[in-house]
Amino acid sequence: MNAAAMQAIAAPKIGARNVSKHYPTADGTMVALEDFSLDVADGEFVCIVGPSGCGKSTFLRMVAGLESISLGSIDIRPGQERAKPLNSVVFQEYAIFPWKTLIENVAFGPQMRGIGRKERLDTARYWLDRVGLGKFSEYYPHQISGGMKQRVSIIRALANDPEVLLMDEPLGALDAQTRVVIQEELLRIWEETRKTVLYITHSLDEAVLLGDRVILMSAQPGRHLATFKIDLPRPRTIAMQNSPRFAEYRAEIWEKLSAEVTRAMEARP
Amino acid sequence: MTIASTEGITASDDRTPVKGSPAANNDARAILLLLAAGVALNAALAIVGLWSDFAWPAIGASFVLLVLACERIGRLVPVKGRGAYERTLALGFPLLVLVLWELAADSGFINPTWFPPPSRIGSALWDLSTRYDRFSGTTLLGRPWLMPEAFNSEGWAGVWKLVAESHVFATVARVLVGFVLGAIPGVLLGVVMGLNQTVRLMLDTTLSAIYVLPKIAIFPIVMLMFADPFGEAPKILVVALSVFILMAINTMAAVRGIDKVYLMAGKNYGAKGWSMLRHVILPGAMPVIFSGLRIALGTAMIVIISVEFVRAKQGVGYMTFYYWEVLNPEKMYAGLVVVMILGVLLTYALQWLQRRLMPWQQK
Repeated sequence: MNAAAMQAIAAPKIGARNVSKHYPTADGTMVALEDFSLDVADGEFVCIVGPSGCGKSTFLRMVAGLESISLGSIDIRPGQERAKPLNSVVFQEYAIFPWKTLIENVAFGPQMRGIGRKERLDTARYWLDRVGLGKFSEYYPHQISGGMKQRVSIIRALANDPEVLLMDEPLGALDAQTRVVIQEELLRIWEETRKTVLYITHSLDEAVLLGDRVILMSAQPGRHLATFKIDLPRPRTIAMQNSPRFAEYRAEIWEKLSAEVTRAMEARP
Repeated sequence: MTIASTEGITASDDRTPVKGSPAANNDARAILLLLAAGVALNAALAIVGLWSDFAWPAIGASFVLLVLACERIGRLVPVKGRGAYERTLALGFPLLVLVLWELAADSGFINPTWFPPPSRIGSALWDLSTRYDRFSGTTLLGRPWLMPEAFNSEGWAGVWKLVAESHVFATVARVLVGFVLGAIPGVLLGVVMGLNQTVRLMLDTTLSAIYVLPKIAIFPIVMLMFADPFGEAPKILVVALSVFILMAINTMAAVRGIDKVYLMAGKNYGAKGWSMLRHVILPGAMPVIFSGLRIALGTAMIVIISVEFVRAKQGVGYMTFYYWEVLNPEKMYAGLVVVMILGVLLTYALQWLQRRLMPWQQK
């Protein structure tokens, strides 16, 4: 382990300590997440996988400040520039505003932070150009495809220049081909920006392809089950999915995950 | 709605027959047969002298035959001509009804005193627009023939004075002022109720109870509240009140219907308070708010016309009621036509506003 990594662990970018989430229901308390701890280093790409209902999306929303934390604490360490937002979320359902043009959508974060019109539109145009949507900047979301919408959603987060990027199954709603294209794009953009990313996904391939580390969670209540360090070289490409090391990682994670999925299915008939 | 449904039928119908093909010939034959059957049915009844006894079944059967014939005609229309065909159907049928009405009144099948033919309603409307009723001291459009003269002597103020004495102006002004005064606070309260559960629980039942109350029934109470019960204030207030209640309930539903993920995105990207309202909640609720505004416009028209029936010296409702009192059915119908025209124009105005405010909904 190198010195930078040591320091990062000493002061993680995201520090979650013994986090629990309880929901009061008509017949008692439902525990969605139990005693979950996670440190994410600065510039690290961490993927969380787990069966449906394991509370991984809930955890991400707690990190984003969109859900209250029942027990424990979550901190995001601010960077040098205090004006930068701590986190920005990319939602599975895109959640780009249908009533704003693409460029207005991408410029939304800076606009809310009071950045001047010219500067924020320049930033938005830069990002639109970068993912090849420059000529659609004045379009409304209903005029573009699902893959394009998710691109807009991703660059809306990047244009906000947050300390931490939180991605909640961002490619879950896309068809297989579009998915691969955007995975490649994500890899390319991440190599260039090296943001700290917390990435929730269903797909093991995606987790192994993108992540420095893969966290496996158990279902109902969500707990930390295992951590896998992915030592594939960077920059990564889609082609690496065919390498033997990739297959080994995937098999190793799948062995643990499949047992958990079966258990979760039997627990909830 | 009828257009939409015929579209649905033809769109699902993938056998668009080529001209001269057996299917097209079948359709052409069927059309002639159906139309002939309609004419034959009515002629037979008329000859036997039983048409008036069986008038409603005969009309119903003729309508069904006409629909069946038109659907077959629709199948023969090439794709290029569909727009024209649909417009013809949408305008042609009301026109046909008017023509039949005219014929029925002329032939004495319906009593022209109570159901004056469209031509006489038209001339009554012309009469109302171009003549001053000395007895009631009112005018439909404000004596337009005097306007050039008034403009020369007093400028716009003179024209304005003439416009202000018209029935149309009185009704439109009451509706617009009442509409705006009711809609703005209604939308604001609706937003608060949509976002805050406590306020919603406290007010929802009460608003629903007031909503079903006929607004004309509140009018006497509203009149009590004002020093001048016969002035404009109670009339405007009762319109405002009915629009307010409807818009509060409608906007609450609109705000609650916004997809939660947009609210989360707004919050995550730093919107709060006014910026949240301006950038997320209002645009998100806008489509439903506008359909509410359209219903509210209809309600406002109902309320103002009935209020004018009861207590007014000016306004289209007053005019219609006045011609009932002096027993002039043509002009009563003309009053209704004016109300319909106003309704259509105000709806167009609302649609224009909608296009301006919601550019993202344009196709």
